[in-house]
Amino acid sequence: MQLVLRIIRTSIGKKLLMAFTGLCFCCFLVIHLAGNLSVYGGADTFNSYVNHLHSLGVLVHIAELALLVLAIVHIVTGTVLFIENLRARPVRYSVTRRSGGRTWGSATMPYTGFLILVFLVCHISWFIYAGREYQTVYQILTGLFSNPVVILLYCAAVLVVALHISHGFWSLFQTFGLNHNAYMPAIRALGIIFAVIVAMGFGTIPLYLGL
Amino acid sequence: MKSINLTLKVWRQERGSDKGRFETYDATGISTDMSFLEMLDVVNERLTLEGKEPIAFDHDCREGICGMCGAMVNGYAHGHESGTTLCQLHMRHFSDGDTIVIEPWRSRAFKVVKDLVVDRSAFDKIIQEGGYISVNTGGAPDGNTIPVPQDVAEKAMDAASCIGCGACVAACPNGSAMLFVGAKISQFALLPQGRPEAKDRVLAMLNMHDELGFGNCSNERECEARCPKNISIVNIARMNREFIKAALLSE
Ligand code: FES
Repeated sequence: MQLVLRIIRTSIGKKLLMAFTGLCFCCFLVIHLAGNLSVYGGADTFNSYVNHLHSLGVLVHIAELALLVLAIVHIVTGTVLFIENLRARPVRYSVTRRSGGRTWGSATMPYTGFLILVFLVCHISWFIYAGREYQTVYQILTGLFSNPVVILLYCAAVLVVALHISHGFWSLFQTFGLNHNAYMPAIRALGIIFAVIVAMGFGTIPLYLGL
Repeated sequence: MKSINLTLKVWRQERGSDKGRFETYDATGISTDMSFLEMLDVVNERLTLEGKEPIAFDHDCREGICGMCGAMVNGYAHGHESGTTLCQLHMRHFSDGDTIVIEPWRSRAFKVVKDLVVDRSAFDKIIQEGGYISVNTGGAPDGNTIPVPQDVAEKAMDAASCIGCGACVAACPNGSAMLFVGAKISQFALLPQGRPEAKDRVLAMLNMHDELGFGNCSNERECEARCPKNISIVNIARMNREFIKAALLSE
């Protein structure tokens, strides 16, 4: 308990929480993407993937619960950090310039984070209220993505996730203290590649189904 | 000798409790061989002759080694040249007709004392928490009795080149002092003499950092880009490792 308190209290501790939960989400995204890509196998392949996943029963619920806890930790910690960092500079500069460290990804972390939360709420509630009793998940998807507005919003959300990853991925290595001149450039490149893969992987599915 | 004319927009604040505002001054006939602070000296000279209050700014060595000087110049800590303190920034890096906006470091932990002068004693408080090693008095030990590999000594020396100017805090979008703390922790963590107190040092210095109201590092990397001594965020990563070791791994 003392250990938990010590971590939550300090700035590096909070940073470690963000990095750890972020790492878990990166892993989750890989699995999620791998599953989703079965869409390209057609309706049967995709539906059998969905059924296999659901047949895991209690394991699915455990995973869901774990993700929920991780999300709460990530969101609450992130919000605390956002507020603390605003308060750390009560008088703003009249002129601010970047010197090459800050990127679009890093500058927008709290905002892209918030947008992802909004997206997640929509994403999850769609599937809860879609009525899975009388149609397959594949049908739900094709129905949903027959609307160009939905396609557009979904792709926009995927890009936001990619932007969040473009900073978050390498950043979590730095936070864990894994920064070495020999491999840091590779990790940074890997982060960008991962972001592009997520954007392309998730982003092309609605285009494939809808168009 | 080339000379240029500039327009300065300088933050003027009588005392910490005042509101503060920007004032515009003409800096005419500035030699490009001058340093930035010498340019301010010229402007101050004229202000004094006009019976006005000169612009207050901190400085001491004027050769980039003491860490007293510093201000935001057009949004860049210590100006736009990299690896340079404000006193070592020369006017040849500006062009005739430029408008230069000069502001003090902005941080909750650095209160403005007057104009461009800020109180950086928050750094001293962090140092007092562990930025030292404890050595018993007595006969001086022989030099080089504890072997230190050359590359490790170099890394420690790189970290120790921090002059505590505060540019990392000023440049950080989050107002965090992690580069400063990371450098101060690294210079000891790397050397055998620093190991005995390593655990207490990182926890104590970090707690003080947070307590003083500095922000949280989110790996924006603006600090290392603006550090006049080019100190790398590798030192922040090392501090994070020290923290993990001290807070999570050791009993
Ligand atoms: S006055 Fe000493 S570093 Fe600039």
